[in-house]
Amino acid sequence: MRDWMKLAGISPDEITDKAVFEKRRQLMRASVAAGVGGFIGGGVTSASAAPLSGDIIKTDWTTDEEHTSFDAATSYNNFYELGTAKEDPKRHARRLKTEPWSVRVEGACEKPGTYTLEDILKPHAIEERVYRLRCVEAWSMVIPWNGFALADLLKRFEPTSAAKYVAFETVVQDDLPGVRRNVLDWPYREGLRIDEAMHPLSFMAIGMYGEHMPNQNGAPIRLVVPWKYGYKSIKSVVTIRFQEETPETSWNLSQPSEYGFFSNVNPDRSHPRWSQAKERRLAGDSGGLSALFTPKIDTRFMNGYAEEVAGLYAGMDLQKFH
Amino acid sequence: MWQRGVWLKPAVFLASLAPAAALAYMLLGGRLGVNPIERLTDETGELALRFLILSLAASPLRYVLSRTWPLKLRRMLGLFAFFYALLHVLIWSVLDLQVDIAAMWDDLLRRPYIFAGFIAFAILSCLAATSTRGIARRMKHRWTILHRWVYIAAAAAIVHYVWLVKGDRLEPFVYLAALALLYLYRFKRLLSA
Repeated sequence: MRDWMKLAGISPDEITDKAVFEKRRQLMRASVAAGVGGFIGGGVTSASAAPLSGDIIKTDWTTDEEHTSFDAATSYNNFYELGTAKEDPKRHARRLKTEPWSVRVEGACEKPGTYTLEDILKPHAIEERVYRLRCVEAWSMVIPWNGFALADLLKRFEPTSAAKYVAFETVVQDDLPGVRRNVLDWPYREGLRIDEAMHPLSFMAIGMYGEHMPNQNGAPIRLVVPWKYGYKSIKSVVTIRFQEETPETSWNLSQPSEYGFFSNVNPDRSHPRWSQAKERRLAGDSGGLSALFTPKIDTRFMNGYAEEVAGLYAGMDLQKFH
Repeated sequence: MWQRGVWLKPAVFLASLAPAAALAYMLLGGRLGVNPIERLTDETGELALRFLILSLAASPLRYVLSRTWPLKLRRMLGLFAFFYALLHVLIWSVLDLQVDIAAMWDDLLRRPYIFAGFIAFAILSCLAATSTRGIARRMKHRWTILHRWVYIAAAAAIVHYVWLVKGDRLEPFVYLAALALLYLYRFKRLLSA
């Protein structure tokens, strides 16, 4: 059963066919829009905002764990361009302009250029991947992402043998509250080694829970690298650069002693601020008192994806290359 | 008949309890957001710091206003600082770490900001425990010396805050500036005395 159906309180046997369902959904949306008058429009910020069109292919990349609610995953975010408090990105979501959107592809590849979002998306079928997201702040969520393998995108630009790394940058829009305050040295920068980027788990997401990506979660297109701390999964990407040198990454530039380039989830490597041995799983529907007495869960090496990715780091000292 | 100013202490007492009541109300209504433990930890920590700075401001305020009423509030404000600090420590140790002694010990030794917070809390506990008039009378001038440690507690609490913030240090630096101002005032009076 799809999560957005669960969210809407619709069970699968209620549905006769997709057309009826879509129509009902349109009606629902129309009634919501009518109720709130002119306030709907602009950024995608609410649960009923904008379902993805077309089929979403289910994959084996999933988990039995309870999914974080859509509401929780879109109300508790780290997106410093939109403010540093957890609720800021949702509050300021509308201020992020996502249309038009294009991605600049540059560096060591045969097909550099500026690609519109439409160009980027056109050839890709949309899949669902349910991944654990582990933040370095010792909390985690389980989120169904919609998008496609990063490798499938990168291969289209035909990286050359000099492409040892891929660097990414987030959009900088001068009027965003966090950008004005210079909390970090903008643009937000992240990077992966080319073999990490080409790993089948690395994912470009354009939506979540069957909805278009909400602005506060990194619309219109973001990276998801589930075995690394969340800050590696860069949001609202506008630049992809293939390069020979290790890319600069924002948190490493800000606090080199705390944040390394690899940033693989590792419960055995203590961080100066947070013990990484455990994490608080944020499910989102256990409000009130019960949420206070739920213990943390053990953090798993590589966020539970060690079987898939350990080969990437064979022979490396992961305490040193953290 | 009501004496002038008799309402002052009860009013400040209720106003000081109001944030705790508001937090409890939001908690019961499930309105503390996605991560209520984190929210409660942050809110109680900031409240402790605010009351600590308010209690330190009492003495300078007496001279600035040429009134004695700020001094009458000092003990209560200090005790509220301890009250919110105690809530903060209890939320961290009982709710966040589930009384995992090993994890607490590990935090204390490995994370400098936790250590600074521990120093602040330890001092505040001593001050709260010796805060009654009877004890003050018995300790005589040693009481005054002991209670000057509040300045160290405040400094440690702010260091705790500055060190724990990840990116945006504006808020902790506002507290730091307030504390620096109070220290400066104190120092100036010492010199001119």
